[in-house]
Amino acid sequence: MAATLMHGKVAVSATVNEEPVDFLCEPRESLLEVLRERLGLTGAKEGCNNGNCGACNVLMDGQLVNSCVVLGVECQGASLTTVEGIGTPALVPLQECFLQDAALQCGICTPGFLVSAKALLDHNPNPSEHEIRWWLAGNLCRCTGYDKIIRAVQHAAEQARTEG
Amino acid sequence: MATKTDEMIPATEADAAVYRVIGTRPVRPDGVDKVTGRAIYGADVVLPRMVHGKVLRSPYAHARIVSIDTSEAEAIPGVLSVITSKDLPSVQATAKLGEGGEVNLGHLSGNVLAREKVLYQGHAIAAVAATSPHIAAEAVRKIRVQFEELPPVMDVRLAMEPGVTLLHDDLFTETAGEKAAQPSNVAAHLIAEEGDIEAGFAAAHLIVEREFTTATVHQGYIEPQNAVAEWRADGQLTVWCSTQGAFVVRSQLHSILQHPISQIKVVPTEIGGGFGGKIPVYLEPLAAVMSRKIGRPVKMTMDRAEVLMGTGPTPGTYVMVKMGVDRDGMITAAQSSMAFEAGAFPGSPVGAGVMTVFAPYAVKNVRIDGYDVVVNKPKSAAYRAPGATMAEYASETVVDEICRELGMDPVEFRRKNGAKEGDWRAFAPPYPRVGNLECLDATEASAHWRTPLERQGADGKLRGRGIASGYWFNVGLTSSCSGRLNGDGTVTLLEGSTDIGGTRASIAMQFAEAFGIEYEAVHPSVVDTDSVGFTEVTGGSRTTYATGLAAVELAKELQIRIKGELAKLWEVPADAIAANGAVFANNGKSLTLKEIAALMEENGLQIQAAITVSPTGSGGAFATHIADVEVDPETGKVDVIRYTAVQDAGKAIHPSYVEGQMQGGVVQGIGWALHEEYVYDEKGQLRNGSFLDYRIPTTLDTPLIETIIVEVPNPGHPYGVRGVGEVPIVPPPAAIANAIFDAVGVRLRDLPMSPRKVCAAVQAAAG
Repeated sequence: MAATLMHGKVAVSATVNEEPVDFLCEPRESLLEVLRERLGLTGAKEGCNNGNCGACNVLMDGQLVNSCVVLGVECQGASLTTVEGIGTPALVPLQECFLQDAALQCGICTPGFLVSAKALLDHNPNPSEHEIRWWLAGNLCRCTGYDKIIRAVQHAAEQARTEG
Repeated sequence: MATKTDEMIPATEADAAVYRVIGTRPVRPDGVDKVTGRAIYGADVVLPRMVHGKVLRSPYAHARIVSIDTSEAEAIPGVLSVITSKDLPSVQATAKLGEGGEVNLGHLSGNVLAREKVLYQGHAIAAVAATSPHIAAEAVRKIRVQFEELPPVMDVRLAMEPGVTLLHDDLFTETAGEKAAQPSNVAAHLIAEEGDIEAGFAAAHLIVEREFTTATVHQGYIEPQNAVAEWRADGQLTVWCSTQGAFVVRSQLHSILQHPISQIKVVPTEIGGGFGGKIPVYLEPLAAVMSRKIGRPVKMTMDRAEVLMGTGPTPGTYVMVKMGVDRDGMITAAQSSMAFEAGAFPGSPVGAGVMTVFAPYAVKNVRIDGYDVVVNKPKSAAYRAPGATMAEYASETVVDEICRELGMDPVEFRRKNGAKEGDWRAFAPPYPRVGNLECLDATEASAHWRTPLERQGADGKLRGRGIASGYWFNVGLTSSCSGRLNGDGTVTLLEGSTDIGGTRASIAMQFAEAFGIEYEAVHPSVVDTDSVGFTEVTGGSRTTYATGLAAVELAKELQIRIKGELAKLWEVPADAIAANGAVFANNGKSLTLKEIAALMEENGLQIQAAITVSPTGSGGAFATHIADVEVDPETGKVDVIRYTAVQDAGKAIHPSYVEGQMQGGVVQGIGWALHEEYVYDEKGQLRNGSFLDYRIPTTLDTPLIETIIVEVPNPGHPYGVRGVGEVPIVPPPAAIANAIFDAVGVRLRDLPMSPRKVCAAVQAAAG
């Protein structure tokens, strides 16, 4: 149960990238703000703050969410995965493919795409191009024209299938 | 889905020079940080005791500010400072912004915080610093401003009419250096002329004259503007921000704040896209002034609506194009008149529109008029090939119409009339070697062009194919690099150019090629304004060209210094030492770079150098694009189903990033062509101030983008580099418009070619 403390803040206990974490936040703070401002996890980015762009995507109990439209206080007991939780210490094939395929230019949307693509490949290891496009339609990228991102996800899926 | 092909075509055998590093596809040096969330962008900067700032923006498109009462806001616990334009010095001067053109600093300052009037919805009026961003936002809502509303001027052509409401009573039209006597919303009238258009049109067999309009659009970078400023008690100001040019931020801060350059350090963070929009300052001066007042660092970030309302869109335009051709399809005369919205202050890229409108063609009789016009919209900023897309949308659509009338193949027409070395161009010397005709040849030879299009889609949809060419001149400007040889033979390479799309890699690759070492032995960093020489913005497709050239010169200078040290050691003249890649030799003695580096370290010597270049040999870039579309005549929706971009890169240093620039530019062009626009109501209120309402393309809106890189080396660069970033946004609107005509027989001359307009045109044509 979350407890309200002085200065109107609430105490929340959650698991972030497999580590137990306790934090205080105001009820009006989004999960994105909590991750960035309170926990120092600045990998999730703010592009729109209204769920349009996907740059803040994280996994919450295995579900892909826009952390800008989830409140910090909703995370009591939740298990969260951010981009910082992917590929530490060694990169995973998805990250390697993003690098090899030059699937990023400025890189601001990349954390969101990686989290989103991981969620896709976790539940569908063999997606078609259209399935990839459908799944990633909630992630906006303005630099790449998406081409190399789609291919990187295809390559990562291929690698996982041949290695698995 | 079409089979995806990516090709590279060198212009001649001789041009296919063999390089060790150039042309390979290594992983970028900043790659790991960017796939693990470690890379620090402007909004990620955190300093001890940092507080947060927010901006109050105008709810009106045009109004006089009668009074501002900040007392209620200041009384909120946690609020530390509230500032208005009274807190900025009054400045009058002009400064160069690189690709952003020349800017009047009074206007720049007046854009940062409105003075007597607000000139667009979203114009900043005041700023608040508080202990949390939420408190700052609350305080912004408590600032009481009394306005006297004025009629908004929203249309570029209406703004030019006599008797219309004026935005500035001190703005006088400038024509060829002469200022008009009466104030006007027209800031400038540019004229480019050559030959005799009257004689040219008189000799024409066919003349086509059409009018085009394009909507205001935004660069749409995913990362909003941000700034962190720390003003110390000794007057030293440090600013961290996402910018295309740290030195240009420093210059603007110097001018707006009247603070010495020597006391300003700008630290460029990673930058989440710019496309021209992150050249002007917006938040930086506000954060700096508030930091000075309260003695703590101040962070400011915009939200998405603020980005759309408050930062540089690219102009909406009106463009008239008239072309005459003889019976053989040779252009006899070309004329254009174009008016660009500058936004609230002068400075649209209409000059570049004039320079590019007929650029793909050898025109002998030509006149082009360009008008820079202020309207009650945000001050426009550069956007990828600024000005060219709107201008060439018009001319390339007219060319398609001429080809149809004459029954000429559109590639053949373009090749027959195509601009090449020595031909005239507006506001610049005749063309040096360019790859216009080579792009047309590659287009004709492409798998896409040679594959017939199935005309019928599913469910009554109709398909069509169109092509269009485009030109962007690319720029040179000043760039600096410095470097040090480390004791292990690696090199630390410091760059003044911020890296938006892989330029650390493309610059380090050129250095490695020139210095004779492996790419992996070069460690590039983008550093602050105290740590490297002056460098212009990352923009104008100049970074791989100009900063790359600085890196090549740096490699040569380091070799000279190494020879100098070896000359002392070996007691021989320096010019008797030969450098063959990373091996230095004289008369049977030789040392590898690694051995030299170790020796220098042992002897307490540091091989290092700093280079600044301002090259003038930037080579222009041509492109030809092929678009296949599928049009639903019932709904007017247009889908791009296959797309090929052919482009002369000069030399592709890192082909993956060249392809990436082409693909990214194409998709921005598709968005511009089909659905992006600022939707304003009659009071000048923006009605679609969010990403999905503004509607940038998603993964579902685009096919894979096929690329064909043509390599016609630029004689102005040792490896032949031309800029690549900008020209790919130019052809898509015309290529798509021409494809729509091919599919359903209607001409769309107003961007975006949204379903409503396409549907109406199809219905009108059907009677």
